[in-house]
Amino acid sequence: MLRLLFEKTGNAVWISHLDLMRLFQRAFKRAGLPLTHTQGFNPRPSVSIALPLSVGVESVCELLDFTLDGASVPCEEICERLNAALVPGVRVREAYDTGKKLKELAFLDCAVTFEYDNGIPADIHEKLQKLFAAESLIVPKKGKNGIQDQDIIPMIKKLEIAKAGEKKLVLNARICCQNPSLNPMQLVAAIGLHLPELKPDFAKCKRLEIYDLNQEVFR
Amino acid sequence: MTEKLQRILPMVQKPARYTGGEYNEIKKNLEDVRVRVAFCFPDTYEIGMSNVGMRILYGVMNEMDGVWCERVFAPWGDMEEAMRANKLPLWALESQDPVTDFDMIAITIGYEMCYTNILNMLDLAGVPLYAKERHGLKNIVFAGGVCTFNPEPLADFVDFFSLGEGEESTVEIVSLYDRAKAENWSKEKFLTEVAKIPGVYVPSFYEHSYNSDGTLKAITTMEDAPKTVTKRIVENLDDAYFPTKMIVPSTEIVHDRANLEVFRGCIRGCRFCQAGFSCRPVRKKSPEVLYRQAVETLVDSGHNEITLSSLSTSDYRQLKQLTDEMIPYCESRRINLSVPSLRADNFSRELMQKLQTLRKSGLTFAPEAGTQRLRDVINKNLTEEEILTTCANAFSGGWNNVKLYFMLGLPTETDEDVLGIADLVYKVIQTWKEHASNKKRGLRIHVATAYFVPKPHTPFQWEKQIDPQEYLRRCRLLKDHFYSKSIEYNYHTPDISRLEAVTARGDRRLAPVLVEAMKNGAKLDGWDEYFNYQAWLDAFETCGIDPDFYTVRGFGEDEILPWDTIDVGVTKKFLLKERKQAYAETVTPDCRHGCAGCGAAALLQEVKCDA
Repeated sequence: MLRLLFEKTGNAVWISHLDLMRLFQRAFKRAGLPLTHTQGFNPRPSVSIALPLSVGVESVCELLDFTLDGASVPCEEICERLNAALVPGVRVREAYDTGKKLKELAFLDCAVTFEYDNGIPADIHEKLQKLFAAESLIVPKKGKNGIQDQDIIPMIKKLEIAKAGEKKLVLNARICCQNPSLNPMQLVAAIGLHLPELKPDFAKCKRLEIYDLNQEVFR
Repeated sequence: MTEKLQRILPMVQKPARYTGGEYNEIKKNLEDVRVRVAFCFPDTYEIGMSNVGMRILYGVMNEMDGVWCERVFAPWGDMEEAMRANKLPLWALESQDPVTDFDMIAITIGYEMCYTNILNMLDLAGVPLYAKERHGLKNIVFAGGVCTFNPEPLADFVDFFSLGEGEESTVEIVSLYDRAKAENWSKEKFLTEVAKIPGVYVPSFYEHSYNSDGTLKAITTMEDAPKTVTKRIVENLDDAYFPTKMIVPSTEIVHDRANLEVFRGCIRGCRFCQAGFSCRPVRKKSPEVLYRQAVETLVDSGHNEITLSSLSTSDYRQLKQLTDEMIPYCESRRINLSVPSLRADNFSRELMQKLQTLRKSGLTFAPEAGTQRLRDVINKNLTEEEILTTCANAFSGGWNNVKLYFMLGLPTETDEDVLGIADLVYKVIQTWKEHASNKKRGLRIHVATAYFVPKPHTPFQWEKQIDPQEYLRRCRLLKDHFYSKSIEYNYHTPDISRLEAVTARGDRRLAPVLVEAMKNGAKLDGWDEYFNYQAWLDAFETCGIDPDFYTVRGFGEDEILPWDTIDVGVTKKFLLKERKQAYAETVTPDCRHGCAGCGAAALLQEVKCDA
């Protein structure tokens, strides 16, 4: 099995997870890199993407596992051929065959950008620090079994707040991404719920790096 | 992309359809561009990107030096709402520039019920709806596609129509515009000149007047405009432009596969079918060219499915040669080859068996009518025996699903014909009982009936549409005669088919109705989520137009028809003869059993009709 480290940026962030799988399957085909297929009535090319990304979220650290059918191709060449066959915004950074086990994936760093059209509210820094320093912070989460309350504090390992100009604030956080996982947009939801006066006019998120249980970079 | 749009995209369904950026999308440097064309498809991205015609013409225009053609689709309701709330005008996908920035606005029209989408898109773009409200060369609107064979309902909105196949005429039209823009022509001068291009119809050069009973009194030609405009065709499809580098959408579309047209036209002559007559004469592509284009398209796109399309693929003479070559190519690369619209003949049955090894597709028949008598009336050359033999083969091969499509309200139809449908379905069930290899799963028969809509340029173009209550009575009559649990029966609601009948045979007096319906909120009429019958009824009421005039009234054989200006190659004399044959319950053999003399062959100069 081989692994790709790729990024999804620009307009490609609007491509959904399922569509991205299809996009890669076609890109492999265009690149002349045949994939092995699943068994069964409807064989499908075996590609799997770790930690499906929400639509609209940017990332520079996505992982895709795949197996090539036939002669092996040097990893650098796979990378080049795929990049020639992909769309703007989806770019393979690296292809390699020495990946860690996906179940060891535990944390990720993300940057959540808050946009305030009328300028950043006063005292926001202190108020947010206080909010996320609490013992628990309950945010409802939509799941398979309906809406359930989720305490997000145990899933935040690190959190920094930095100004980025007069109208933008960036929350850099290291959060759990697997068993349990925290959707970074829950950080925005927490503010909307507990500090409604600080609710941003717009928020967007970017995934920066992924880590294993020992908080070492995951590849 | 604008900041506004970035904030809207997270709020709408399937945002990827609004951003462009797909593989093979064509971008050009504006400094090298003299003519910008906004190619509008009046339905959603998923429908529009499945349209082969649009893909061909996108390629044709972008091959031209100094011309940049971009795509525009109708937004879904949530996006439209956000656009209006944020004052975001309709944009083209490639450059994200507003449609008003473009020189030409091209529209392809394949379905009557997208007329409100056309107006809604112009409105969203901020382009005046009526042609006379648009001055100068900028934002000139032209349209083509099968619906434009009766262009009259749109005559007040569209500056000119490009009739028939566009591979060649589009180049001539856009080149003329290029010159007109460089030489700073007036719109009037451009329209006078563009009307000289064969296949171009400028509606403002024709005046329609009416009798007191509402029928057309005269069509008066102004300027030097031709009395009739003949549609364009491409004679030699092997040499015709065909793009093998096509845009590969990043999000799922309706026909998410490569699509190759094996021939154009149809030899069958089903009397209700508009495409069957208006797409004549028959012209084929050679299997060598098709195989090359298939391989090029598949290699370039990475698709895992390819469709061989046409109006009746079994009638492609070299289908065996082509599929014999394509099956091994596709099998070895895990590509699914689909061949829809096969007839129920022996070769097709063999071919189905072969294709089955790739993937089991459905078994669908469109007998259209329940009795042989009525099938003879409509000239649908499909016998009960053919249906049952094919079913028997399929059932013994493991199929347990059949779809059967019919129409209700066909000319001369009686209750006996309606019940003939139930009878035929019953025989299919019997066949399953006798032949099914695996009865454990049970049989599913999907039966659907549509409400017959008479279409221009067919032998039934003069026919009455039955009224909606009568249609529903026939649906219920049929339903009451389905006893088996294996049958799932669906019938179309009459509302949309009634409107189709109005717009298909409509005239210029429909223009205000379309505007009014759009203002009442009619849009995306082809979608159940949005279809709003009341918006239309109110529009008819407000404008004082009686829809029955176009539906249950029927048109007289001596009456001037709104689409009489348009010549699709098949003569009116032939259509009349076919109509008489229909009433005599006499079939006209397909064109391969002798030319029926429809007239379309006269459009050809270089090649012969391949029927």
